[in-house]
Formats: sequence, C-alpha cells, structure tokens
Amino acid sequence: MSTQSQFFSQLKKYYTFYTGGFISFVIVLAILEQMGLPPNWIGYIFLAATIMLYAGIGIMSKTADVSEYYVAGRRVPALFNGMATGADWMSAASFIGMAGTLYLTGYDGLAFIMGWTGGYVLVALFLAPYLRKFGQFTIPDFLGSRYGGNLPRTIGVVAAIICSFVYVVAQIYGVGIITARLTGMEFQIGVFVGLAGILVCSFLGGMRAVTWTQVAQYIILIIAYMIPVVWLSVSHTGNPIPQIAYGQVLQEVTAKEKELNDPTTTLGAAEASVRAIYKEKQLAAEDRIKALEAAVAAGSADAVVGEARAALDAELVVLKATAEPDAQKIEAKEKEIAELTGPDVLMAKLKKAADGAKKSAGPVAPHATPFSGKGAEKKLLATNPNATAAEIAAAKAEDEEASNVKRRNFIALVLCLMVGTASLPHILMRYYTTPSVREARKSVFWSLFFIFLLYFTAPALAVLVKYDVYHVLVGSSFASLPAWVANWAAVDPTLMKIADLNKDGLVQLAEITIGGDLVVLATPEIAGLPYVISGMVAAGGLAAALSTADALSHDVYYKMIDPKASTVRRLAISKGLLLVVALLAAYTASLKPGDILFLVGAAFSLAASAFFPALVLGVFWKRANYLGAVVGMLAGLAVCMFYMYTTYDFFGGVAANEWFAIKPIAAGVFGMPAGFLGVIIGSLISRAPSTEIQQLVDHVRYPNLEGDIKAQTA
Amino acid sequence: MQLSERHQEYWRKNLRLTAVLLAIWFVVTFIVIYFARELNEIVIFGFPFAFYMGAQGSLIIYVLIIWFYAHRMNQLDKEFGVHEGDEE
Repeated sequence: MSTQSQFFSQLKKYYTFYTGGFISFVIVLAILEQMGLPPNWIGYIFLAATIMLYAGIGIMSKTADVSEYYVAGRRVPALFNGMATGADWMSAASFIGMAGTLYLTGYDGLAFIMGWTGGYVLVALFLAPYLRKFGQFTIPDFLGSRYGGNLPRTIGVVAAIICSFVYVVAQIYGVGIITARLTGMEFQIGVFVGLAGILVCSFLGGMRAVTWTQVAQYIILIIAYMIPVVWLSVSHTGNPIPQIAYGQVLQEVTAKEKELNDPTTTLGAAEASVRAIYKEKQLAAEDRIKALEAAVAAGSADAVVGEARAALDAELVVLKATAEPDAQKIEAKEKEIAELTGPDVLMAKLKKAADGAKKSAGPVAPHATPFSGKGAEKKLLATNPNATAAEIAAAKAEDEEASNVKRRNFIALVLCLMVGTASLPHILMRYYTTPSVREARKSVFWSLFFIFLLYFTAPALAVLVKYDVYHVLVGSSFASLPAWVANWAAVDPTLMKIADLNKDGLVQLAEITIGGDLVVLATPEIAGLPYVISGMVAAGGLAAALSTADALSHDVYYKMIDPKASTVRRLAISKGLLLVVALLAAYTASLKPGDILFLVGAAFSLAASAFFPALVLGVFWKRANYLGAVVGMLAGLAVCMFYMYTTYDFFGGVAANEWFAIKPIAAGVFGMPAGFLGVIIGSLISRAPSTEIQQLVDHVRYPNLEGDIKAQTA
Repeated sequence: MQLSERHQEYWRKNLRLTAVLLAIWFVVTFIVIYFARELNEIVIFGFPFAFYMGAQGSLIIYVLIIWFYAHRMNQLDKEFGVHEGDEE
C-alpha cells in the first residue's frame, strides 16, 4: 500500500530529525557545562527534558480508538516495531546491571546475554507469525479461542498478571534508583516522580503512544550506551570498535589475573597480604557465629546480643568523640544499633560478614574461564604439600563436581530465560501491532538486531572497565586516587568502597569493593568524559526503565477488562486499573524488596512454565485440546511455584530441597516439562478438539488461506 | 475447508525449516556451553572460543537465523500462493 510506505518515510524523517535534535541538545548542555553550569542542574535538565519529550509524543499520539489503543492501529512498520520492542525489552536491568554482572562474574554472567537474545529465535520460529495471523489483542485471547471455554483464558490472565506485576516492580525500582542518582532526590520520592512520567505516556495514547515513545527512548538509550564505550575503547586500544578491540584487552586482563594470583610477584604478594586480613576477619566472624549458636542452644542468646550492642555503642562514642564528627557515619551506626533487635538479626549480620570476607579472601576469578571449581585442589596443595595421591584425587573430584554444578545451573538458566522470553505476554503482543504476518517475521529480526547492538557491547564494556581497574587503579597510591574513585566512594559505599587494609599506601584489588551498577554509570568518568555524558547515560537508563514499565503497566491492566463492556467504558475502566496497578507497584518498589535479579528471573521461569507449552502446542499440534491446556498450564505453574517455594530462602525454603542442585531462579526447567506433559496427557485422555478449532489452527498456520473460516474478517 | 496437497507441502516445508534452524540454535547454545571448558582452549580473534561464542558468536548466529527464517518464509508464502494481499 502506498499509504503505508508514505507513513514509513514520514516516520523516518521524524526520527532522523529527532535524533539530530537530541544530539544538539547534548552539545548545547556540554557547552553550558564548560561555561560553569553545575552538575545537578544538568541532571535536572536531562530529567525534565526527556520526560517532557516522552509526554509530548504521548500527547501527539493521543487516541481513544480501541484498535489504536491496544495494537497501535496495526500499522507499525517492522523496523520501528523492532526498535520499540528493543526499548521495551531492555529494562534498567539490561542497561545498568548487565555490564556490571559481567564485570563481577565473567563468563558465568554470559547466561543472561545468551538467554535474553537466543529466546528471540523461539519467538520467531514458534510464535510471532502465528499470533499475528490469529490477530486478536492479547495472549489470553489466543488461549481462549484456541482451547475454547473460559478456564484456559482465565488461567492465562492470572499467570500474565503474576509475571507482569513482578516485572513492573523491578522496573519502577530501577526508575527510582536513576531518578535519585540524577537529581539527588530521595529514592522513595524518585519512585513516584518516575511513575508520573510512566503514567503520562500510557494514559494518553495506549499502545500507540507507548510504541512511538519507545522508539524515541531506544534512540536515546543506544546513543547513551555507545558513546562512553567507544571512547574508552579508543583511549585504551586506539580502536573505535570496542567489540573487536576487547579481545586483545581480555588477554591482558587474563595475564594480570595470573600475576595477581601469584604470590611470588610483587603485586601478588601485596594481594596475598590483604587476603590474609580477610581470612582473619572470616574466621573471627565464624567464631562469633558458633558462639551465638551455642548461646541460643543454651538459652542465653540475649546476653550475646547485649554484648554486640554494647560494642556498637562504644564505637558510636568513638565516632562522636573525633575532632570532626562525620554525621553520615554516626547516623549509619545509630541505625545499626536500632536495628539490632534480637539474635536473628545478629546471626544474619554475622553470616553476611563471614560470606563477604570469605569472598575477598579467595583468589581473583579469571574473567574468561567458565565454571571455575572451588579451588579445593589448590588449597590442599598450599596447606599440605605432602598430600597423598588419594587426597589430591578427592580434591580434584570435588572441584570437578562444583564446576559441573555451575555448568548445569548455567544451562538451566539459559533455557529458562530463552523460553521465558518466548512466553512473556508483553513481548509477544508486540507482534500483534505489525501490519501483516510478513512484517511480523521481519519485525522479530529487527527486534533482536536492536537488542543485539547493546548486548554484544556489554561484555566489551565489562572487560574494558576491568582493564582500567587492574592496570590503572591497582598498584596506584592512595594519596593520588583517580577522581572517579573518590567521587563514587563518597556517593554510595555499596557501589565503590576502597580502604587501605594492609597500610602499604598502595591499592590492592582485594581492597576495592565494586557494586555491579557502578560499571555503566561510572564509565564516562573513567573514560575522562565531561559530566554531561554521565547525565546522558543516566537519561538512557531512565529511558530503558520507563520504556519497559510503560508497556508492562499497560499490559497488566488491559488483561483484566471485561470483554463485553462498551468501548468507552472499557477504556475508562482500564485507565482506572492502570492507576491502581501502577501505584501498587510503585509502593512495592519503594519498600525495596530484596533481590531484583531473582524477581526478574522468577518472572521468566513462571512465564516459561505457564505459557510456552500451551502456546506452542496450540499451533503445532492440532490434537491439543481444552483439558490438555488446563492441565498443562496448571501443572507448569504449580511445579514451578512449588520448587521456588521449597528452595528460595525468602519463602523459608532451603537449598537442601534443590533437585540436581538447580537454583530456584531456574525453577522453570522443571515447570516446562511438567507443562508439556500436562498438555499432552490431558489432550490424549479427552476428545479431539472440534473441527472448528482445527480450522482455526489452519487459519493461523497459513498467512493467507482461501476459503478459510475467517478469510474475510482477518 | 479441506487443505490441498500444496498447502500440506507448504506446512511440511515450514516444519523442516523450523527444525533445521532450531537444531542450529541448539548447537550454538547448549552444545557450546556444555563443552565450554574444553572449547576455551581454542583462541579466535584473541578470545577464548567459548567466551567469544557466549559474548558475540552465538548472538550473531541468532540474528542470522531469524533473518533467514523471515526471508525464506516470506519467499515460501509467495511460492505457494499463501502470501497476504498487496502490501509491500
């Protein structure tokens, strides 16, 4: 259609203009910074300008038409749909957390990179084209029509709400962190400011506004991610393509790791002395744990807690008595004392201290080596040079077993993330917005392409920052630390902590504690770029978090609407629900629920177990029927939730309940087979679906089928 | 309606293509991970091989798989006369 291609070239013009506008905006701010604009002003300007921009796009694409509201009128071209899906997909976790996770865990962190890209292969091959041909609005719609009856649809709605809600909370949490960083506001206030931005966008124009805003957000986030990495790459290697250049950097990092782990070198000896200090701390903490356990058993735990409190009180007195009292430290100590209410708290604190010290007491884990073992063999040889052959063999076997468990978990996690990707309702419904099946197929390609651009840069960034830390920071003197180290250590000790433990005046690797989120946020400063680039990176992170939260909050509420209500009523109700859901999610996020990575992973495992079998068999196996879908979805969900419940400590589960030592985050690896078995068995023991439904399957399988049941209406 | 022989063939071809691409996906993901420790001995572009695959190689192959599938299926649609209307 010529109108479609006209629309496409118009869009291209708009977004080219927009990108140019954004770059000039950054340049203007950079000039203003040179003229003396203070950094927190730059933060405010970035925050205000980008949120206003997104809101502006939202207002411009305001709509009350149902088809526009839910599926953007089904005329989003593949390229732009790909960009919007990319922005939707890349949440705060990908933008800020990914490179940090890779920095901290090396090869083992690649599970997220592979899982969150490879899943699109499953989307492309098994779902996107068929769901587009089906042509309804939501995934529960598909389940309802394909399997008949209300039950499959209802289970679908409930499962979708569970997955999406968990995910929205994680996103709003990210928005809060970035808003707080960018402007210096309180985290809890940041959450609600960020929420206002989300609501403005999706309230106004539904899916249409969300889609066009997300394209804008993608452009900002990818520019913001790339510039600092390219700069860092040029300054370290002279090569402007970091993805190629970091192979050589990685080799240097690996060589340095060997040196740091070898106590016969100067650097290695210094590291060893710091590790010895950590070892002592670990043993001290472990002794206190034992003493506390004994006290609990003897019924005298309160005395031990009292002693601990007395020790803290004494520290507080010392802090207050110094010549220049540090208000922050005093406040932190007072909080610590107030929170110490009983033996449970003390025990948790001691365990954390012991674990932290144990980690720092060990050697540097090599970045590129997969599934490192426990180092039992090395330890044995170091402590007992005359170990017998049998002892060495036992230690080796122990190492290999530890390594195999890691590999098993890596594989399970990758599988869950991939299948979960292909089951998350908010991603699948993206392919409903394209004009045709053909465009839906192309659109998956563009989605993955735009996601890939960021994901294959993240490992490069992690290695480049590691190079910087190992070569510039380690071995430098405490008297002349680089500015970024001091700045971040002052901002947030969970992101950057550095202390001269062995008092030699030089920095050792073991003396630095880096939080994962630091890697992306501090890269501009490490690369020596002006503050305006830092502001831009934060704005990029905000774009990533907002874009995901937008679509999701949208997704959560519109599944709950009464399908028989009138259009106007439907939109009114769904907007009201959006408000409730968003406030609820923001409230949950402001409580700072523990482990975000677990929340996100759990959402993937749940989605994979609940949806994937019923969706895929619905298209590829005509025999699949009502009973199969109900049994399969319930079985998948039940097994997955049961596994998490019995193994994740938050629910009071214990690791001893794990099957094959698989971590609860990858619970989907058991839920999926249960789901498939459920669909198959349930279908085989009941009657084959009606001819009408079998014809629906044919309708979905062929992009255009003459004489098809729905040929006219599709 | 009754599906014609040609329709059946279209679907068979689709299934075959899907199976082949899925097999490639499986190899570059799970087989590479399973043998990661051994594969890391090989060095490619200065990277240990398994690390390279996880960080870049497999990702590139995923993108290519999806591109090829879209391209081939859109062609198949035309060949078998099941393509959609007149858009382009």
